[in-house]
Amino acid sequence: MAVPFKEANIDAPESPDSAQTVSIETRLYLPQQTPAPAIMLAHGFGGSLRSVHTQAEEFARRGFVVLTWSARGFGRSTGQIALNSLDREVRDAQKLLDFLGTRDEVQKDSGGDPRVGVTGASYGGALSLLLAGVDKRVDTLVPVITYNDLAQALLPNSALATPRSDATPAATAFAEDGVFKRSWAGIFFSAGMTSIDLSSPTGDAPESGQREPSQNSVQQPQQPGGNSGAQGLQPPTPSLGACGRFTPEVCAAYTEVATTGRASQQTLDLLRRSSPVAVTDQIKQPAMLVQGEQDTLFGLDQSDATARQIAAAGGQVKMVWYAGGHDGGNPGTALRGEIADWMAFHLKDEGTDPGTGFEYTVQGAFRSSGQPSLRTVVAPSYPGLAGGTATERKTLKLTGPEQIAVNPAGGNPAGISNLPGLGSVLSRSAAIASRLSLDMPGQAAVFTSEELTSQLLLTGSSTVKLRVARGDESSGEAVLFAKLYDVSSDGTRTLPGSIVAPFRVALPPDGSAAEVTVTLPGAVRPVESEHKLALVVSTTDQAFANAEQPAAYRISLASDEISVPVVPGRNVTEGFPTGALWGIAITLLALLGAGVVALFRRRMEHDSDPDLAGVPLVISNLTKSYPGGLTAVNDLSFRVEHGQVLGLLGPNGAGKTTTLRMVMGLIHPSEGHIRVFGHKVTPGAPVLSRIGSFVEGSGFLPHLSGAANLRLYWAATGRPVEEAHVEEALEIAGLGDAVHRRVRTYSQGMRQRLAIAQAMLGLPDLLILDEPANGLDPPQIHQMRDVLRRYAAAGRTVVVSSHLLAEVEQTCSHVVVMHKGQLVAAGEVADIAAGGGEATFRVDSPSKAADVLRGLEGVQEVHEDEDAVHAALNGVPRATAVSALVAAGVSVDQAGPRRRLEDAFLELVGE
Amino acid sequence: MNEHDVHTDPGAITDLTDAAARRRTEVAPDGSAAGYKARRTLPIRVELQRQIRRRRTQLVLGFLVLLPFILALSFEIGQSDPNRRTGGFVDLATASGINFVVLTLFVSSSFLLPMIVALFFGDTIASEASWSSLKYLLAAPIPRHRLLRQKAISSGILSFFALALLPAVALGVGVAWYGAGEVVSPTGEAAPFADGVLGMALAVCYIAINLFWVAGLALFLSVTTDAPLGAVGGTVLVSILSQILDQIEPLGDLRNYLPSHYAMAWADLLSTDIDWSEMTRGTFSALVYGGIFTLLAASRFKTKDVTS
Repeated sequence: MAVPFKEANIDAPESPDSAQTVSIETRLYLPQQTPAPAIMLAHGFGGSLRSVHTQAEEFARRGFVVLTWSARGFGRSTGQIALNSLDREVRDAQKLLDFLGTRDEVQKDSGGDPRVGVTGASYGGALSLLLAGVDKRVDTLVPVITYNDLAQALLPNSALATPRSDATPAATAFAEDGVFKRSWAGIFFSAGMTSIDLSSPTGDAPESGQREPSQNSVQQPQQPGGNSGAQGLQPPTPSLGACGRFTPEVCAAYTEVATTGRASQQTLDLLRRSSPVAVTDQIKQPAMLVQGEQDTLFGLDQSDATARQIAAAGGQVKMVWYAGGHDGGNPGTALRGEIADWMAFHLKDEGTDPGTGFEYTVQGAFRSSGQPSLRTVVAPSYPGLAGGTATERKTLKLTGPEQIAVNPAGGNPAGISNLPGLGSVLSRSAAIASRLSLDMPGQAAVFTSEELTSQLLLTGSSTVKLRVARGDESSGEAVLFAKLYDVSSDGTRTLPGSIVAPFRVALPPDGSAAEVTVTLPGAVRPVESEHKLALVVSTTDQAFANAEQPAAYRISLASDEISVPVVPGRNVTEGFPTGALWGIAITLLALLGAGVVALFRRRMEHDSDPDLAGVPLVISNLTKSYPGGLTAVNDLSFRVEHGQVLGLLGPNGAGKTTTLRMVMGLIHPSEGHIRVFGHKVTPGAPVLSRIGSFVEGSGFLPHLSGAANLRLYWAATGRPVEEAHVEEALEIAGLGDAVHRRVRTYSQGMRQRLAIAQAMLGLPDLLILDEPANGLDPPQIHQMRDVLRRYAAAGRTVVVSSHLLAEVEQTCSHVVVMHKGQLVAAGEVADIAAGGGEATFRVDSPSKAADVLRGLEGVQEVHEDEDAVHAALNGVPRATAVSALVAAGVSVDQAGPRRRLEDAFLELVGE
Repeated sequence: MNEHDVHTDPGAITDLTDAAARRRTEVAPDGSAAGYKARRTLPIRVELQRQIRRRRTQLVLGFLVLLPFILALSFEIGQSDPNRRTGGFVDLATASGINFVVLTLFVSSSFLLPMIVALFFGDTIASEASWSSLKYLLAAPIPRHRLLRQKAISSGILSFFALALLPAVALGVGVAWYGAGEVVSPTGEAAPFADGVLGMALAVCYIAINLFWVAGLALFLSVTTDAPLGAVGGTVLVSILSQILDQIEPLGDLRNYLPSHYAMAWADLLSTDIDWSEMTRGTFSALVYGGIFTLLAASRFKTKDVTS
């Protein structure tokens, strides 16, 4: 959702008392509700109001009126860059404050005094400090990754002859006559020349709790004048010339430093007048200083100085060090949110008091998510500020003899510590960049500490005392670079923040040593136990203006101690996902609950009828219908009494197998129920252990032998081995030595026999066999009938299904005939097969035979068939009837009892 | 009559009927034969025997033993710089025995390990159905919930054994080839050998937990279909789909809900300062997905009509 904004050009005097004006382009972003407090959001060097568009929208969504503008000399604002001069850029900003004071959308403290906070990064951060210092209408400020003293930022000198105060964690010497930070200064200057922003960090710094590498929202492609919201309009072509859009004074100062590597007093004054240090003693507004740990341009020492100066004058400061900076990326979402929270509290009295504490981010190992692990440590206050306790310092022993370091002529080749301006490229790999560091052999002196016995969380600038002396006659001063490496036990060196501390020291002409206290670069680094610290003092660094004259220096430790600052605090344990832990506990409980519920439901299922305890099988109103409308079994009821061999007869598809599957608890009946020995059958009902079954084919593990299959099957039932009678069952199967072959090699018949043997394991009270004769040859079928009959005779009950009438007639004592899922007939085989004393005669001429039979006395109900006649003889011997037929010239092929079962069955089968 | 004939000796029938006549079945109050106890059915030992004697189980375990040797051999053939100490997992593989284990897990954890778990869990019920032996187990009777549970536990034991076997063999091979040196992480951190072994043991445990979702899904498909290939293949397909979606950057945070999203979180165990958050989330995600699939499998199996 885009936030609406209004654009306006505001004219401001070119300089105080000047009649000329410059035109400042502005945008006013409006929140949904006005009037609201305002935030002035300044852009970085080389940018324009377009480069802070996204952040402005974020503030507006938090309910602030946001004013952005292009500083003079940037974007479409006219005028020349005077480097945040108090008379120029700061006056322009005051003009914008006037403008805010006239807007109805902006909440007012009084008449023309808007309720306003100022923030900005880098160049914009410095402006916010300067504006807050000179104009009391500013209510609060959040300068981000900015400088305190531009002279010290571009020409740092970290060495002092006398020890400095170590009260704050990152205080640096800020000595005069620094070493020119050539690479960065060049990038900075060219940004003003061409309006191409190379100096501002691109991308967001990683944050703790962030799990994906975010190709973030505020990243801007490098385009002239910044691009966001530019909508294709090109900014005015910068006036070309050696000075670009810089004022002649600034241009001259840069040219001087860039060509000589030294700054004159005039230049230093110019830089200092443009620096917050000029006004920090005036800042009484609550300030939150945000500085980056990956910043070789404006290091932690800059914000340290600002904090000290504000606190000394009585102001309140909150300090935040985050895992970004000019080399590491802009503040990420969480930190931008924190800035907005700060503004909300101080401008709107909303939220909790962000306080005046100190937060720093500790960067650890890489994670599986591709981000380095980060944790935030919070201390109650930034130590060493006015009235506070000084920073705790740990002392480690350094060892190393006096070493000679050579400065090559022209300062080349030079050591490498960082790659300024590539910050944008390397921002995502700043932790890797810290490994790129390279010291030229022969150009460095190395001093190493003992292995640490416990982790040391370095937080700020360490100090060492060094002795430097001339190694030859050639030089009166030394330009040196100090670095503090974290050396792991396998020798891997890491330069925290890729930062070096340059220093210039005057050497006594007599060859004696100059003793200096060197402040090492400010950094946050957890140095693990068994790691060492290594102090490297080198003669060159390619990011700086090195000494041109060849020289050699003797470097040694003046004191064998290194003083390391630590700031104890508590970890912000955002990192640990308590939500996920609760989730795990709840999930486990839910699964356990589901198991318990299922257990109770199974307990409730048991249902038995003691009256039927002696009846092997009772089927009542059994129906199985499928969703498609097919009814496989329809209202089937029958019972099987003890000792019977019951045949379930029906054509294919009659529902026999479905019924037997329901008896075994494999299929759920739609209606009705089955009782076995009085117990209702449900899936896995214990009473099933009294049933042995063979239904629709064998089921064996093909990779095991027949014998192993039977033994494992019995083992799977969990019943005692001696109840199984495996040997007897195997003998019944009669597979010979094939029983030790894999089942995969068996014929259909062999599997069938093995399956019947398996059904008989444990000598079940009820044996259910589905089409047992399939696949057996006639002698085997004959044997099987014998087995079944004798098994029933031994006090067991057998149910056999078949689609063959003869099979049932010859095997069974009782029969149930099914067709299309319904019961057709039930009773003793003999009754049904030969009931009523009717006789059938197979004859050559049924009609003639019928006439003959009707003529016999007592014979009734004569029916003709195609090749037979049926009649109820009513006591007339069949022989008499036969002789009558023969006498009448009818040739009789066969005479016997009428097989009504067969008739009925054939009718059903449709033959 | 000789031994090779398929023939039932008439005497055998007499033996059987005699035995049947002699023995009257004792009946327990729940209607079962006296020797039957539902809680003793399908002991794990029996199910493991049934599975371990299968050729596919033996082949899979054999392959897992072979894989580290193949990897080591391929490094031998292609190796130019032994005992490197910088680079990614693959570059670091030869730095020490533990690094070799890390590589082995790294290359196998996206596809091979889920596939093995899918095989053991997806095949377990579906193959019984395809052999028609399922109905006899259920009619034995082994209560359905118990059959599912015992089979799931057996598959779990086999899967965990397979998961542990691979790094164990890799450790042996790695130590033999590259020595018991310090483990080096891609960030250059070095940890003692013993810590590395502990880390790998924890990694195996995490991978096992994280693959619970695969196990649950495979079990669900296994009770849903009678085709073992369908159950195993379906699970592997879902796993691959999840991994493909995990590569689609524009999905953003939605990818956190993919079941395979936290599959590589065990890599956090390599650092000296272990971050448990990804692994905790991975455990949660796996438990939720695995739990849902397992419950689905149980309810499906409980009400299913077994027709094969």
